[in-house]
Amino acid sequence: MTFYIPQDTTALALGADAVASALQSVGIEPVRSGSRGMFWLEPLLEVETNKGRIGFGPVTAKDIPSIVDALESDPASHTLYQGEVADIPYLKSQQRLTYSRAGLGDPVCLDNYQALNGFKGLNNALQMTGQQIVDQVKDSGLRGRGGAAFPAGIKWQTVHDAGKDGCQKYIVCNADEGDSGTFADRLVMEADPYQLIEGMIIAGLAVGATQGYIYLRSEYPVAHKLLNIAIDRAIAANFLGDNIQGSGKTFYLEVRLGAGAYICGEETSLLESLEGKRGMVRAKPPLPAIEGLFGMPTVVNNVLTLAAISTILEQGADSYQNFGMGRSRGTLAIQLAGNIKRGGLIELAFGVTLREVVEDYGQGTYSGRPIRAIQVGGPLGAFLPESQWDTPMDYEAFAAIKAMIGHGGIVVFDDTADMAAQARFAMEFCVVESCGKCTPCREGTWWLVQILRDLEDGKGSEADLAKLLDLCDNIMGRSFCALGDGATSPITSSIKYFRDEYIAHVTNGACPFDPIASTLFEGADA
Amino acid sequence: MGISQNEQQSISALVGHYTQLPGALLPLLHAIQSDLGYVPDSAVPIIAKGLNLSRAEVHGVISFYHDFKTTPVGRHTVQVCRAEACQSMGSRQLEAHAKQTLGIDYGETTADGAVTLEPVYCLGNCACSPSVRIDDAIYARVDTDLFDDLMSGLLTEEGASK
Repeated sequence: MTFYIPQDTTALALGADAVASALQSVGIEPVRSGSRGMFWLEPLLEVETNKGRIGFGPVTAKDIPSIVDALESDPASHTLYQGEVADIPYLKSQQRLTYSRAGLGDPVCLDNYQALNGFKGLNNALQMTGQQIVDQVKDSGLRGRGGAAFPAGIKWQTVHDAGKDGCQKYIVCNADEGDSGTFADRLVMEADPYQLIEGMIIAGLAVGATQGYIYLRSEYPVAHKLLNIAIDRAIAANFLGDNIQGSGKTFYLEVRLGAGAYICGEETSLLESLEGKRGMVRAKPPLPAIEGLFGMPTVVNNVLTLAAISTILEQGADSYQNFGMGRSRGTLAIQLAGNIKRGGLIELAFGVTLREVVEDYGQGTYSGRPIRAIQVGGPLGAFLPESQWDTPMDYEAFAAIKAMIGHGGIVVFDDTADMAAQARFAMEFCVVESCGKCTPCREGTWWLVQILRDLEDGKGSEADLAKLLDLCDNIMGRSFCALGDGATSPITSSIKYFRDEYIAHVTNGACPFDPIASTLFEGADA
Repeated sequence: MGISQNEQQSISALVGHYTQLPGALLPLLHAIQSDLGYVPDSAVPIIAKGLNLSRAEVHGVISFYHDFKTTPVGRHTVQVCRAEACQSMGSRQLEAHAKQTLGIDYGETTADGAVTLEPVYCLGNCACSPSVRIDDAIYARVDTDLFDDLMSGLLTEEGASK
């Protein structure tokens, strides 16, 4: 029997190391795998038996003796028994492409990666010209997964065609996954890092770049460690460096750590930061594809975009293109988080509704209370009430309700959440994280905070709501980057859908919610 | 703030190590901070000279990023996540509790120099909120009781290593 216990951030945060030690103390050496992304079951202990690969979760160190006993007799009799892991409906119903390997084995084991179809995409790419690779990516319909959803093939074509022959070009992976409620990039880097490395090498071959950087946020120490191990091993096995697998092609890769600035998730700010400067947004044009890192043509793609490249080159553009709806092709990594019973990573073709995700997969709130609002797309995403939950998760459908899918993060709030306070928090965050370049973002968000604070303190009036919306209108579309443009969604959406709560602040003469617990005070009529 | 000659030398050595690296400033600052725990003001002219930058440019970068500290920090850094997913699971109570039990506000260090408390915006552990990071270890579903256990664990560990 082989035992598997994950080593990703969430499993570790829930005590996976203690479970591993408990196994060792009874003479079992577990494989430290990646997570499947079913975080509500973590730490999930998986055991390969002659009757299949079964799971127990969530386990603690003290459950180990009874699990070992049950394995000798009747595993299904154990209270934490989850059956065959691949048959757990949460996982079975997903359409896993990017996460097909996640959780199956040791994420930094090269043999394991290759046994699970790893580097097949690279081998195919090594037989092709740069233009042929770019054409494959175009045909796949892949759009950037970082949030802006720009067609990846068009970006690559621009870099492919840019610059003089032989000029230095770069592949930059945006791994500055700063949105609250997102962990899809982290899971790729911690559960299947070679997939990202493979995608970056293919990108280099496609556009003629020989140097890659992964710009990783410093809040991800586990991903940092695992990526560095994976890169070292890929170099040793000649998948990185000079003359890759005897092809004569070169690609170097390095991880660079960010330093806690949310704005550096914006691509031009990220490039400034990589160059060793303040993360100030650049004006576009010139596009990074033409003048990017150190002034040279640069592909900047999100982790998920680059990871999908391995799948596309392995299985073909047509096969990838068959997933999804409308102009949103392929699969979306949905991250279900916040106040939710069964949070985790759900990879599905575009088109599933928010309600299906939250009710069928999530099974409602963790607290057991009704859901008040769902925020999709990070801290600058809209707050959506129940009337909007039947919207399919597709870039265009979300844009039509003035919301965004962004990086696919979903944060659920129960009915104790104070939406006006959440809007104020979002603006305070923008004030701190604005790079300061554009006045509407830098000053406008500060004024929004002042008005929202007055409302909280009972010094507001109904006229303030019109003033807030007017200010939002003057911030929208008047900044260089999406932080300024997106900053207003939490306010505009919460005033639109939860106006009564703002009015309650006015009529109550103060916040009707407990500011710390955010629980509705008895008798307050919100 | 004055630093010892040893510290000065280690900064100079690090600067020398990074001069050839493209975009060296952030990796260099991380290296200095992991060595000394912070980036002292007196490091600024050494870095500026080594990387051929102005002192203003170096200062501008240090002050732009939340990670870089310009004063010494505690032996352990405790970060409480303030982002939305953690808020939806009660991180505001946790923040208040952390400040109260440690007797310090964000950005401050306990009198015994053991713990510096900081806010953090997302640790990517949002399906099992609220999250806390202590040095390089992350903890999930942290309620006030677990927070107290983690803190007393830190102090015991400190006692044992003395």
